[in-house]
Amino acid sequence: MLHTFVAYVEDLPGVLTRVASLFRRLNINIHSLTVGRSEQAGLSRMTVVCEASAEAGHRIQASLYKLENVVDVDDIAQAPTVTRELALIKVAATPRTRSQVFELVEVFRARIVDLAPESLTIEMTGVESKIEGLIQVLNEGEGRILEICRSGKLTMRRGHHTSGVLKAMGAGADESAVEPAEEGAAVEQE
Amino acid sequence: MGNDANTQALNHPPARLTGAEIVWATLVGEGVTDVFGYPGGAILPVYDALRKFPIHHTLVRHEQGAAHMADGYSRASGKVGVAIATSGPGATNLVTGIATAMLDSIPIVCITGNVSSKVLGTDAFQEVDITGITLPVTKHNFLISRAEDIAPAIRYAFQIAKSARPGPVLVDITKDAQQATAIFDFEAAKPRPVRPHPMRKVEESGLAQAAELIKNANRPVILAGHGIIESGAMEQVCTLAERAQIPVALTLLGLGAFPASHPLNLGMMGMHGESWVNHAIQDADLLIACGMRFDDRVTGTVATYATNAKKIHIEVDPAEVNKIIKVDVPLIGDLREVLEALLPRISSRDGSAWLKTIDGLKGDSAVRDIKNLPDLGHLYAAHVIHDIWRITGGNAIVVTDVGQHQMWEAQYYHHERPRTLITSGGLGTMGFSLPAAIGAKFACPEKEVWVIVGDGGFQMTAGELATIVQEKIKINIAVINNGYLGMVRQWQEFFYEGNYESTPMVSPDFVKLADAHGIAGLTVRSRGEVAEAVNTARSAPGAFLLNFMVEGKESVYPMIPAGSALHEMIRRPGGKDPLEES
Ligand SMILES: Cc1ncc(C[n+]2csc(CCOP(=O)(O)OP(=O)(O)O)c2C)c(N)n1
Ligand SMILES: [Mg+2]
Repeated sequence: MLHTFVAYVEDLPGVLTRVASLFRRLNINIHSLTVGRSEQAGLSRMTVVCEASAEAGHRIQASLYKLENVVDVDDIAQAPTVTRELALIKVAATPRTRSQVFELVEVFRARIVDLAPESLTIEMTGVESKIEGLIQVLNEGEGRILEICRSGKLTMRRGHHTSGVLKAMGAGADESAVEPAEEGAAVEQE
Repeated sequence: MGNDANTQALNHPPARLTGAEIVWATLVGEGVTDVFGYPGGAILPVYDALRKFPIHHTLVRHEQGAAHMADGYSRASGKVGVAIATSGPGATNLVTGIATAMLDSIPIVCITGNVSSKVLGTDAFQEVDITGITLPVTKHNFLISRAEDIAPAIRYAFQIAKSARPGPVLVDITKDAQQATAIFDFEAAKPRPVRPHPMRKVEESGLAQAAELIKNANRPVILAGHGIIESGAMEQVCTLAERAQIPVALTLLGLGAFPASHPLNLGMMGMHGESWVNHAIQDADLLIACGMRFDDRVTGTVATYATNAKKIHIEVDPAEVNKIIKVDVPLIGDLREVLEALLPRISSRDGSAWLKTIDGLKGDSAVRDIKNLPDLGHLYAAHVIHDIWRITGGNAIVVTDVGQHQMWEAQYYHHERPRTLITSGGLGTMGFSLPAAIGAKFACPEKEVWVIVGDGGFQMTAGELATIVQEKIKINIAVINNGYLGMVRQWQEFFYEGNYESTPMVSPDFVKLADAHGIAGLTVRSRGEVAEAVNTARSAPGAFLLNFMVEGKESVYPMIPAGSALHEMIRRPGGKDPLEES
């Protein structure tokens, strides 16, 4: 099954390798991986999507927590989420063939972000299947796809944030901030 | 030996020191008295500063030996062992030793020098990416390129090595960081508190369920592992076993965690465990796994493992729970703490019927009862180890290598106390024993230390004989010389039609080899000579080597072939004991 893990990790050299190495060791292929700054200074947020057996989830999460630089890990599993992916798609298109691409972009609620004599670039945000859909119809059309750049899955649980990151940070000053988050978690249980 | 510069550094206001001095001052602050290492260009500043500090450095003959010594030191004492090496080949030579410590959860800290930070990543002379190489075989590692980061990194390394499930940590320090200066403030370098693993938790309901299962079990068995020793839970396990009258089976690394002579001790489980131990596990209706991880060497085929038993798993590492064997009640936490919470819920139980059943199985032993065997002039490893056990009163620290002799040691040397058997279980590293024994001797100078090693493994790290001489330490070495890579030969006999490809081994005369190092020795060829030889070795003032010329094609029985069920074991052919032949 497809697993999605959200991990808060210390923003230090080599941390990505440590996380990636764990999946490599388990011989698990990472489908997509996004890393960026989080709401916490000094912590990056990673979203890792991978294919593994249903039971593997526990072990991956437990092993991620054993990494010294990993602060919090959420196994999203089947929980309700808001999930998006961003894709930039460069398509070969001349002034003569552009209009067909324009139509598709309209239908998919994507955007043209660059227009050159021989090509144009589409920006598309959405769930994975929508992006796949656009790519498919583009492939069926006249304009050849020249390049695809996809961000990988970005995901967040719906409702109150349930991340244990504040608790994991454990700082006394943040103690008061922890409690509302925990109440939120209770509200949000599906 | 150094002076008191370090204590000054610790007791006085923070002082400016070189990075190299900070390395030692931090180690002193962490309570280190002994380190094992080998110098080279990239670590020279550290070696140059050593004379100012009260730390004894043992010069090894190969950096693998340094890591194993740090490991043996830790296994014997429970303290963190420290190994030091230079960059490049020095660092890569540590890797086998680091992996050995990783697989057996042994806390060691390895410090390596690296090239200057200015040339890092340029393939400079003797540069190797040792933090990259050791990433999967350490709990954590550090690449340090500033003097001010050294003390915090080393202190953090000690904390990581010791905490939760222990393991090795490597600190790689560039040469310019060793040469630069920084303010050394031991207190300020203290790491943040350990972040507890959020999945490490013991629920009230789990404790209640465990107590209920124990109360109602008819055929319970405790599976006692290395975690008992790491956690210091010997007393708690013993109380549980005695109060609820539950028999105890041990893993290889668990030997010593529960006294061998205890009436509830069944012996070692797994591939070369006694048949009744494995049968008891297969027939059990409740397994209480304490600090063990269901290694494939103890489970046999997982699908057929103790299928009728409920399983309680008490384990500190959440990633080990439900990894191999699905358990009914996971209690994830420090073993001693969990047992202390569990014990008040356990009341005394009558276990006599089940114990009687197991006693019945005991008659069905495939391991020979050496004591009652006639002496027919043959020399068998079992004899040798039995005699060493008898003569040392079971009180020695025995450090084994890997192979048949290791299994015979486990079968015939009966360990009463923890930390008296030191052996590479998880990685099965040949060449481990001699250096690990040196480390153990440094940790416990007053203890009698024996190495039990095969002719093959001995030649992997025999260079450390010179270390023994240079350090003037007393270790007794028993080479179980069967002329073969015996354990591999045994597999060839059982599973490859006796095709002994590349397992017969020509060896030097080990007594002469010892002699060349200045170590006395004796070759022993018959059983009658064993006891006297063992006594000679023990009473010799210095290290002593005994070269036991044992039967070449003897096998370890019983044996569960890899991939078979725990009860499907290979017995001695014809059920006849070869000791009774001729
Ligand atoms: C470093 C290393 N290489 C190879 C092996 C595989 N191996 C396991 S046991 C063994 C034979 C050991 O022979 P010896 O040291 O003579 O001990 P014996 O089995 O004869 O008692 C070998 C080669 C190993 N465990 N470690
Ligand atoms: Mg041999």
